[in-house]
Amino acid sequence: MAKPNPTDLKYTKEHEWAKDNGDGTVTMGITDHAQELLTDIVFVELPAVGKQVEQGKQLAVVESVKSVSDVYASVSGEVIEVNTDLENQPELINADAFTGGWICKIKMTNPADLNALMDAAAYDALIKE
Amino acid sequence: MKLIFEKSQPGRQATTIPASDVPAVQASKAIPAHLLRDEVELPEVAEVDIVRHYTNLSRRNFGVDLGFYPLGSCTMKYNPKVNEEAAKLPGFTQQHPYAPAEWSQGSMQMMYELRQMLSEILGMKDFTLQPAAGAHGELTGVMMIKKYFDRLGQKRTKILIPDAAHGTNPASGALCGFQTVEVRSNAEGGVDLDHLRELMTEDVAGLMLTNPNTVGLFERNLEQVMEIVKSKGGIMYCDGANANAYIGTNRPGDLGFDVIQLNLHKTFSTPHGCGGPGSGPVGVSEKLVDFLPVPRVVKKGDAYEWEYDAPDSIGRVKAFYGNFNVMIKAYTYIRSLGAAGLKRASENAVLNANYIKEKLRDHYQLAFDRICMHEVVFSGEKQVKESGVHTADIAKRLLDYGVHPPTIYFPMIVPEAIMIEPNETESKETLDDFCEIMIKIAGEAKENPEMLHKAPLTMPVKRLDGVQAARQPDVCFSGGCC
Amino acid sequence: MDYVPHTPEDQKQMMKTVGISSIEELFADIPEKYRLKKLLDLPAPLTEQEVSGLMQSLSENNRLPTAMMLGAGAYHHFIPAIVGHLIGRSEFYTAYTPYQAEISQGILQAIYEYQTMIAHLTGTKVANASMYDGASAMAEAAVLACKTLQRKKIVVSKSVHPEYRQTIQTYAWSNGYEVVETGYQQDGTLDAAALKAAVDDQTAAVLVQSPNFFGIIEDIAAIESVVHAQGSLLVAGFTDATSLGLLKPAGEQGADMVVGEGQSFGNPLNFGGPYLGIFASNEKLMRKIPGRIVGATKDEDGTRGYVLTLQAREQHIRREKATSNICSNEALCMLAAAVYLVSLGKNLKTLAELNLNKAQYLKSKLLALPGWSEVFSGPTYNEFVVRTPNAHVVNEKLQAKGILGGYDLGRDYPDLKDCLVFCATEMLSRESIGAAIASLA
Repeated sequence: MAKPNPTDLKYTKEHEWAKDNGDGTVTMGITDHAQELLTDIVFVELPAVGKQVEQGKQLAVVESVKSVSDVYASVSGEVIEVNTDLENQPELINADAFTGGWICKIKMTNPADLNALMDAAAYDALIKE
Repeated sequence: MKLIFEKSQPGRQATTIPASDVPAVQASKAIPAHLLRDEVELPEVAEVDIVRHYTNLSRRNFGVDLGFYPLGSCTMKYNPKVNEEAAKLPGFTQQHPYAPAEWSQGSMQMMYELRQMLSEILGMKDFTLQPAAGAHGELTGVMMIKKYFDRLGQKRTKILIPDAAHGTNPASGALCGFQTVEVRSNAEGGVDLDHLRELMTEDVAGLMLTNPNTVGLFERNLEQVMEIVKSKGGIMYCDGANANAYIGTNRPGDLGFDVIQLNLHKTFSTPHGCGGPGSGPVGVSEKLVDFLPVPRVVKKGDAYEWEYDAPDSIGRVKAFYGNFNVMIKAYTYIRSLGAAGLKRASENAVLNANYIKEKLRDHYQLAFDRICMHEVVFSGEKQVKESGVHTADIAKRLLDYGVHPPTIYFPMIVPEAIMIEPNETESKETLDDFCEIMIKIAGEAKENPEMLHKAPLTMPVKRLDGVQAARQPDVCFSGGCC
Repeated sequence: MDYVPHTPEDQKQMMKTVGISSIEELFADIPEKYRLKKLLDLPAPLTEQEVSGLMQSLSENNRLPTAMMLGAGAYHHFIPAIVGHLIGRSEFYTAYTPYQAEISQGILQAIYEYQTMIAHLTGTKVANASMYDGASAMAEAAVLACKTLQRKKIVVSKSVHPEYRQTIQTYAWSNGYEVVETGYQQDGTLDAAALKAAVDDQTAAVLVQSPNFFGIIEDIAAIESVVHAQGSLLVAGFTDATSLGLLKPAGEQGADMVVGEGQSFGNPLNFGGPYLGIFASNEKLMRKIPGRIVGATKDEDGTRGYVLTLQAREQHIRREKATSNICSNEALCMLAAAVYLVSLGKNLKTLAELNLNKAQYLKSKLLALPGWSEVFSGPTYNEFVVRTPNAHVVNEKLQAKGILGGYDLGRDYPDLKDCLVFCATEMLSRESIGAAIASLA
């Protein structure tokens, strides 16, 4: 069973989560539901720090033995930090998708982007379908 | 088993190099020192070590010569030995590709005739033999489609591919700069015509269709599919990976296809050698003939020549002329069987698949319940529901019974897919034995699912940790080469 | 002659099980008008004896040389007897791609060992299980660079094999990439200044070959900084793979990818194929390169075993996003190369030195002929270019003695009319060289 989706996070329909850090930046990753579908994650292709990303556009790639999935930016902005622990321990996403398995931090160009995302209840409903 | 590097002993050797019969030149005199390497670190072993090493490795491998190999979509038929003898003839193996044409007439005649015979067999205008494998042929075929529209001055940016297609199709389309668009399959495993109609617009170059499709079924709506694609000026590409289903019974060219790639290592019985070499000739209809790769073998009078001058050609897709030695085997095969033999081969390939379908239908869930072509697809969902045994478990258990497993988890539109392609070279007893084993495994799945999760039990290794292999790749021996 | 084992009785029983009364019924899904009513128009079937005779006579319609002075991408080397014997083991010969690891440990281990040896010889960290040939390997390296860096320009030196450049051109055109060719200098090495001028921040890959098509050994380390300064990837090829036994590996000189033709390692000339595309790279590109890669791992008991790994790169998983569409490769040619390399061991270097000796001797004898001259002054391995009084006449004279002469550069390089690329391997005897010189004198 997937872990409950924390209520302090926002969600995309592509199964990314985003956390508003309150300082104009967002931390994001993929949801526990997503990691369950992917099974054992073997590699994460992280974005370059400094990269300008656009909401809903490709940001990173997550690979399992038998699948590969794009991760899309939950907000537009600049990548200011990436979780380099994932380079050698991609399994952190499997173990703890919402905290230790975070992928990157983005400095938002438009904080209103967050309003386009779902809350936990809406995301719960989406993955039940 | 030890690696060859772990068997290395300083000073041991398997070959000696002849003494130089010309004055020796010191490498460092002829070549600046910074361009020279240090020692070569390769294993130091005796000839007998090498022979035993690889012979023992071979015993940890499985080929058609050992037993049944019903790997779906791979057409693992028996590879006749006379083909191999022909391909070993020194006149073929020792010829340099740049030898003058007058010195290579036998090889060129064989290539010329193979092209003609393939054109007749598939109903195409002409063939190129240059591509080295099926996927290479696909790429060549789609390149010709691209060139065709370039010449027409039409900007077509997309290519349509059914969701059940082999991964090489979308990859080939993308390597020609096309946006690949997926067409849904219908409940019968064929092309969803409404979806096709919606997608087939005038910026679409064509449709890459595998026929019979990847669930082993002939496309029943083929005429409508052709009509929809061609009414918008699109090209019909046939993935010929499944050609063993219909040789001598119908021809893709007559059905309206403009391009087809073949896999000589499937339909025409050349051995696959653990992954290759294959050979992927591509046939075209009249409208694409100008775009075939160069060079082409032409016949002038009684002599064969290389023709390089073809201004509309896509160019070349590899050095030289293709996997020549593989072509010899396919040529020998076609000359052995003739028209009647080729037809009999396909008919019996289809009969064998349907026979297995009937024998196993009560034990495994059929993906589509209708007459199949040369392969039959089951779903392991019944076993998953009943006992939690997955298709992978069934496949691994087959190893314990000395059978190579079918293709599994493909096509992706069938959950827990088990794709069985028995081929015409297998006898009724082989098929009966296989079905008996499959039925026994279905029983084991109910009675002892735990054992199936653990299978195989009799192989040199148990199930290997593929996750670790991909997370922390160890792709070169860290202990060095010797 | 066919290979269907069914007796009429078998067929009858099977049809009964299937529930049909004629084979025709199996093809009911095919519209009637498309079903063939008569047999294909093909030559009559032959018995094994007949087809053997036919193939024998076709092969005898080829004329084989008594001595070979031609290389140009396909090399005549001695092949130890064990190569044919071992790759002929039908457990290897008649197997498919090792999709089921537990029953394929033999070939998987052999690939792993091959990867290790190729990485060592090329000075890289990873090698795949083979590409189609040297030309397509180089083309795929260029495509990979473009896709990885999201750039569209490929710079290739004109000293790279002409058919490789044509292949690169085809692949580049189909992907919408631009190819810029740069020239060579008086000494036959690539024109580093022209190359530097051509490489910019839109350049994905720079493709060179060493030894190059003229046989000249390039100084790859000297251009490495030019390429990397623009963030481009350096792809280094080679001509005769036996040169790897003597020359500094390109991977050690800063090449990001090392690709080339591995036919020389235990594979016969075969009129141009099947050959062996070698593809190796640095660690950074490991998860991007095309083709099968084998990795070592363990089973649940801790026993060492091997699997196809890093498959997320490949078309069957990544589909249209894959950087390559390769599926079947040249596995058996790779196995031949593995057996060959193990068989030669450290003697690969001795063999390479012998090739160098023979070529130096042949060069000195040819240059002593009146009207013949050296074209390039750069260092060479087993191939070199000479200017002759008339290339066509020279080759005809040699052919009259049964000798295959040099590759005529005039057809690809108008400024090198009457220049021939000669090759001497360990197979070319002093006696043959003497006969050749006598026919030309």
